[in-house]
Amino acid sequence: MVSLEALAGVVLAPLLELIGAVLGTVDFLVPPLVPLTQFARGVLQHPLVNGLLIAFIEANILLIYITLIVLAVTWLERKLMGRLQDRRGPMQAGKFGLLQPIADMVKFLGKEDLIPRKADGPLFTLAVIGLPCIAFVPLALIPMSEEFVAVKSPVALLLVFAIFSLGPLWVFVGGWAANNKYTLLGAMRGAAQMIAFEIPLVLSTVGIVMLTGSLNPVDIVRAQANGVWFAFVQPLGFFAFLVGMIAEVERLPFDIPEAEAELVAGWNTEYSGMKFALGQFAEFARLYVAAALLVLLFLGGWNGPILPAELWFILKTMLVLAILIWGTRVTFPRLRVDQLLSVGWRRFLPLSLLNILLTLAILATGWRPVGV
Amino acid sequence: MPEMWINMGPQHPATHGLWDLRVKVDGETVLDADPSIGYIHRGIEKLCEHRTYNQIIPLMDRTGYVSSMSWAIMHCIASEEVLGVEVPPRAQWIRVISFELQRIASHLLFVSGYAENTGLLTVWVYATRDREFILDLFQMLSGARMHYNYPRVGGVRWDLPPGFAEQTRRALDHLEARIPEYEAMTLQSKVFRMRSEGVAVLRREDALRLGVTGPNLRASGVREDVRLSDPSMPYDQFDFDVPTGRKGDCMERFTLRLEEIRQSARIVRQALESIPEGPVMARVGKKIVPPPGEAYARVEDPRGEAAEHIISDGSERPYRVKLRSPVFCTMSALPVMLRGVKLADVPPVMESIDLLIGETDR
Repeated sequence: MVSLEALAGVVLAPLLELIGAVLGTVDFLVPPLVPLTQFARGVLQHPLVNGLLIAFIEANILLIYITLIVLAVTWLERKLMGRLQDRRGPMQAGKFGLLQPIADMVKFLGKEDLIPRKADGPLFTLAVIGLPCIAFVPLALIPMSEEFVAVKSPVALLLVFAIFSLGPLWVFVGGWAANNKYTLLGAMRGAAQMIAFEIPLVLSTVGIVMLTGSLNPVDIVRAQANGVWFAFVQPLGFFAFLVGMIAEVERLPFDIPEAEAELVAGWNTEYSGMKFALGQFAEFARLYVAAALLVLLFLGGWNGPILPAELWFILKTMLVLAILIWGTRVTFPRLRVDQLLSVGWRRFLPLSLLNILLTLAILATGWRPVGV
Repeated sequence: MPEMWINMGPQHPATHGLWDLRVKVDGETVLDADPSIGYIHRGIEKLCEHRTYNQIIPLMDRTGYVSSMSWAIMHCIASEEVLGVEVPPRAQWIRVISFELQRIASHLLFVSGYAENTGLLTVWVYATRDREFILDLFQMLSGARMHYNYPRVGGVRWDLPPGFAEQTRRALDHLEARIPEYEAMTLQSKVFRMRSEGVAVLRREDALRLGVTGPNLRASGVREDVRLSDPSMPYDQFDFDVPTGRKGDCMERFTLRLEEIRQSARIVRQALESIPEGPVMARVGKKIVPPPGEAYARVEDPRGEAAEHIISDGSERPYRVKLRSPVFCTMSALPVMLRGVKLADVPPVMESIDLLIGETDR
C-alpha cells in the first residue's frame, strides 16, 4: 500500500534538493544576493508552502495517471469494439496499434482551432476548459487504497456526486455558445438526461450509506473487506447505479446528447482540434470516475488477495470499463430521448426508492448483512 | 423552444446519399418534413438518347448503384421487347440468379444502414461484412463488384464461370446462418424494438395513394410483387413466398426485408438446381437496330417497382427513355411518415424506406 502523500514527498525531495543547489550556487557566485536566497529558503521551508508544493505534485500525479488511463481506455475501447465487431481495430501505429491514442493526439494538435463566427467565443472556449476540470476534480476524492487519496474527506461520496453532476452544465454551456441547432438540441438533451438520471443514481447509493453509516469511500470499502460485496447485498441498488452511471457518462444506449445519427455529433459538433480532444478527454475521465465509483461502492474497492491494493483497484476498474464497452456500446441501439426520460423517471427512480425501503426494512429487523 | 427547421443534409452523417431533408421540429417532435432532391441529378434519361442500347447498360448500373443488376436487367428486358427478341432460357435463369443475389446484397445494405441509424454499430459491421460474400460472387460472375455491366440485350455477357454454383451455395449457407445472428441483435433486443415498433406507421391507404411500391408497400399490408404480377422473368418457375406485413411500421419494414433475404436465397438455390443448358445469348446482331415502336418493362427492384419506357425511332439509339424510380415515389410518403415522430427517429425512418439517391435523382 502506497500513500499518495508519501509518493509526492518522494518526488518533492530531489526537487527541493535541486532548488537548494541552485540557491547555493547563487550564494557562491553572487554574494550580495545572500539575504534574498536566505528568504527563499525560509519560504520553501514554511509548512504552508511545503503543503502547497505537495498538493501540486499530488495533483500532477493524478493528472498523469488519468491521462494514461484515458489513453489506455481509448485504445482498449477501439480494440475491444473492433474484435467484437469482427474487425481488428487500430493496427498500424505501433504493436497492436498501441500508439494509436498518441497518433490521435498529435492529429488533434495539428488541427485548426475554429470558433464559429456567430458563436459566443469566450463561453465556447470556457466550456471545454470547464468540462475537463469538472471531470478531474473527483479524482482527488476517489481513494485507490486507504492511503492513496489526495483529499481525505468524511463526506467524499457526497462531494464526488456534487462535482460530477456539474459536467452537463458545461455541456449545456458549450452547446448553447456554439449557436448551432444540433449543438443546442444536444445540450438540451444533456440537461434533461442529467436531471432524469442524477436522482436515481444518488438514491441508489443511499442504501450503502445506510448500511455503513458513512459517506467516506474508505469506510465503505472497509465494510466490504470480508468479501461480501455490496453488489450482492444491494442488487437493486447495484443495477440502478450501473444504468444511472452509463446514462450519466452518456454512453450507448444513452448517448443521445451526441447521437451522431441525427445530431451530427450533438453538443460537440462545432468543436475542432484540441477543443474536441478536450471534450473527449473529459468524457473518458468521467467514464473512469464512474467505473471507479462502481468499484468502490459495489465491487469491494481495493480488497483482493496477493496483489497490492492499488493494483486491484485499477484492475477492477479496467474490467468494469471493458464490460461496459462489451455490454453496452457494442450491443445496444440508442434509446430515444423520450424513452430515456421515461425509463429514468418511471423505472429507475422507483427502483432506487424501493432499494432504500428494502434496506430500511432489513435494518429495522436488526440483522446486519455486512461487517460494519 | 420555438419551432425551427433543421437540415438533415446535404452535409449530415445520416443522409444516405446526397440529398436534403428539412424537418420542422418543436423541441424534439417533428411537425413537418420537406425532402429536397436533385443534388446528383445526372440527366441519365437524356444521356440514354445518345447511346446505343448496349451502351446504356453501364449507365443503368450507375442509376441504381446499390442494385445495379436489377436496373441493367430491366433495361435489357425493355430493349428486347422493343427489338422483339426471345431470350434463351439459360440466360433467363442466370438473370434470375443475379437478380436475387442483387436483392440479397441490397437488403443487407439496408439492414446495416438501418441498424447504424438506430445506433447499433455492430449489426452495421456484420451486415456489411456479409454483403461482401455476395459482392465476391458478382466479381466472379462479371469481374466487378458494384457496376457489373453483365446483362446484354438478348441475354447475358457470358455463361456462369466454373464453380459459381458451388461458391454461391456456400455463400448462401453462410448467410442463412448469419441471419439468426442479426435477428438476435435486433428483433430480440428490447431497445431496438422500442425504437422500431409503431414508429412512422405508413397506413395501407396512404401507401397506395402515394404510389409506394415494393417492400414498403408489402409492409403496409398489400401483397403486390412485380415478380408475380409481371411475367417478364420466369419467376413462375420457382417456389417462394412473398412476405407481407400488417402494421406498416419501421419494425415491419425491417423484418420483411430480412425475410426477403431468405426467400431470395430460396429462389437462387432452386434456380441453380433447375438451370437449363443452352446458349446465353439470343441471336442478335452486333448492331442492335430495333424497329420503330415502344416498350415498357417493369421489374421488382429491391426498393420497389422499377420501370423503363423506351421509344424507338428505328435508329440504333433510343428516341426517349423514361425511368420510374421506386424511391422517388416512396419519398413522397416520407412527410406523411415523419409527422409526429421524434427527431431521433428521423434517420431510421429515412433508412426504413431504403433510400437510394442515385436512382431518385437519375
